[in-house]
Amino acid sequence: MLIGAPEIGYALTVVALGLALWGGAAAVTAARAGRPALLASAERAAVGVWALITGCMLVLVHAFLTFDFSIRYVASNTNRGTPFYYRITALWGALEGSIILWAWLLGLYTLVVVIRYRRRQPELYPWVLTVLLAILAFFLLVMAVPAPPFERLSPVPADGRGLNPLLEDSGMITHPVALYLGFTGFTVPFAFAMAALALGRTGEEWITITRRWTIIAWYFLSLGLLIGGWWSYHVLGWGGYWAWDPVENAAFMPWLTGTAFLHSVMIQERRRMLKLWNLSLIILTFGLTLFGTFLTRSGIIGSVHAFTQGSIGVFFLTFLALVLLTAFSLLAWRMERLKGQGELDSVVSRESAFLLNNVFLVAASFTVFFGTIFPLLYEAVWQEKVSVGGPYFNTINIPLFLGLLFLMGVGPLIAWRRASLESLRRNFVKPVLAGIVVAAVLRVLGVGHALVLLAAALVVFVTGTMVLDFWRAARARRRTGDGWAAATFGLLLRQNRRYGGFVVHLGILVVALGVAGSQAWSLQTEATLARGETVELGGYRVRFDGLDASEESNHGKVTGTFSVTHGARPVDVLRPAKKFYPQEQTPIAYVDYRLGLLEDVYLVLGDFARDGSHATIKVQVNRMVSWLWLGGLVLTLGTVLAVLPDRRRPA
Amino acid sequence: MKRRAKFFAGGAVILAVLAYLVYAGVSQSVVYFVTPAELLAAPSAGKTYRLGGMVQPGTLVWEPRTLDLRFTLSDGKATVPVRHKGTPPDLFGEGRGAVVEGSWSGDGYFKATTILAKHSEEYKAPHGASQAGYKELLKTLRGDSAGAR
Repeated sequence: MLIGAPEIGYALTVVALGLALWGGAAAVTAARAGRPALLASAERAAVGVWALITGCMLVLVHAFLTFDFSIRYVASNTNRGTPFYYRITALWGALEGSIILWAWLLGLYTLVVVIRYRRRQPELYPWVLTVLLAILAFFLLVMAVPAPPFERLSPVPADGRGLNPLLEDSGMITHPVALYLGFTGFTVPFAFAMAALALGRTGEEWITITRRWTIIAWYFLSLGLLIGGWWSYHVLGWGGYWAWDPVENAAFMPWLTGTAFLHSVMIQERRRMLKLWNLSLIILTFGLTLFGTFLTRSGIIGSVHAFTQGSIGVFFLTFLALVLLTAFSLLAWRMERLKGQGELDSVVSRESAFLLNNVFLVAASFTVFFGTIFPLLYEAVWQEKVSVGGPYFNTINIPLFLGLLFLMGVGPLIAWRRASLESLRRNFVKPVLAGIVVAAVLRVLGVGHALVLLAAALVVFVTGTMVLDFWRAARARRRTGDGWAAATFGLLLRQNRRYGGFVVHLGILVVALGVAGSQAWSLQTEATLARGETVELGGYRVRFDGLDASEESNHGKVTGTFSVTHGARPVDVLRPAKKFYPQEQTPIAYVDYRLGLLEDVYLVLGDFARDGSHATIKVQVNRMVSWLWLGGLVLTLGTVLAVLPDRRRPA
Repeated sequence: MKRRAKFFAGGAVILAVLAYLVYAGVSQSVVYFVTPAELLAAPSAGKTYRLGGMVQPGTLVWEPRTLDLRFTLSDGKATVPVRHKGTPPDLFGEGRGAVVEGSWSGDGYFKATTILAKHSEEYKAPHGASQAGYKELLKTLRGDSAGAR
């Protein structure tokens, strides 16, 4: 039989799987018996695994670029018309390829762990390597058996099916990468937690070591969620960015528990409390990243992203069960060492603010989990099909998130252990008043929406606490002779961890305002227009100027031309379209929009007359949606600040 | 011990509120999937359903001017007339599966607020089947410009 790309790719996968298994076994033996030669071998195996997965990716990219349709995955996800850049990103356009991406990123992280910690953490490191290689082995097993990306297709077709048209978008280039960097990123703190348990070193060490890893994983997961929202907003044509779809929930749940973890580790670092809780949270977070993949890839729940795939669900569920069983057994085994050394002194303290933050986040995660699997449970018990929609998730999560916003103002400023009445007054009276005043002013100006008023009041309160804190600190530095600029930058850099967190919080506030504003104020209408006719919405006037048809490299396209004016001022000419892909049963809407800081004009072409005389158009004026994307930018700045090297201690 | 009791009381309150929210949320927003036969067996006006069936060929009426969409959903046993306001989604059509969300009007039809067309990953259309829309437009437009010349 001929040896082609499919066989080479498959061989690389199998060798990588063997190496990962060997490496894992060698690392665990080295960890238990302390044999340096075995550890060195495990290290070489880890490097080899990463190189081999890189090889797999290169083989697949090459196959995509050269239209090698003898690989089923290539034939299913590209055709001769697919543009060059989408042929590269088609690599993670479907299940099999996204598993390679996951494995490759995990391999990359493993490599970084090897380089960073082999000398620095000689005791924990062999165990960490064991865990990482074991998880890598699982993903390679998935690549080898239930979701083989290199499966041969014969006879070789002349042309491929083509990429899912919805994925031909810039968001699809970055969204999966960011999301998976987040998912795989949580593997590293998880591995350190397991290593700490295995060694019985249940102190703060593993948390301190993985602090930056956690922040970076959290950041990429947040970014992945935001880019996913952006993709949904500008590709799917319904004008929203979040639908409580199972696959969104699947990524949101680890974000919630990861956020809880990010905060609760601070209490352990400071007060040596919550050891058991922190370990449970990281296990839960890592477990949820696997559960999400199981949920969306096993086809048990219908979703816009779900693909029905044979046995992969069983693999993920089994692995998830194994992971949870092992992790919680380790936890139970070390239980006596997990007693906290600190005690909660008062209900009014930073500890309890953080604790409440954790309760809210975990509660949110649980309710999302419950809502997502409720249809499954219900069908199993009552034999009836039901669905739980957006209203369920909104009813529960809106109060929880408003509570979290409030805590965001309280947590960073309230005293550890016990806050005195005097300190509460000093820190919170002004911000609370500012929040109330702003809400009152908005109310007088005619804002009637309760959610917007509450969100605005809370955002002003939180911003107030941060400004107050920063201003006091900067004033103190100024007394030592610095100018304002020097004091500001000096503070940001010297206390980068604290103020990086502040900036991340600001980003979340901006996102929160975007969510509240867009939910409260967005408008939409729909109309069928003859050429020259107009429709009005929110002060905008949209005129239908005509239809055009054209043929693109891999699809046909009907484009409508619409002039948008606001009063007498011309705003833009928008060209929403419908794309006709030969491989799809029906056309795909192509949205056109004009983004603005306060409002976006957003057009979706609906039905049209085949002689071009009429077109049905959906017009939306979406308010404050851009704040979500701006919030992402602020989040990025804050994260960079937070992970800068700590200046307070000598490195 | 007193402090402990306070924390436990607080925790219990939070749990109770949460349980209530979950209960209220689920009972408010749970939507039942029904087939036309199941719906007609016990139609309850005002309750939200998801009604699934096939769009019966020959029943689809679309008035672009008024945005009125009417069709009949069938499960082979019973048929339910459905009315909707707005453009049908891309995947919607006669002879295809569709799920509509809405409520029974009480006047003999189902009032749909949302149409969720069924998207099957497996289905592969014969080449050109979906192309009618733009091919025809292409032809007309080219014809138009030729005629104008």
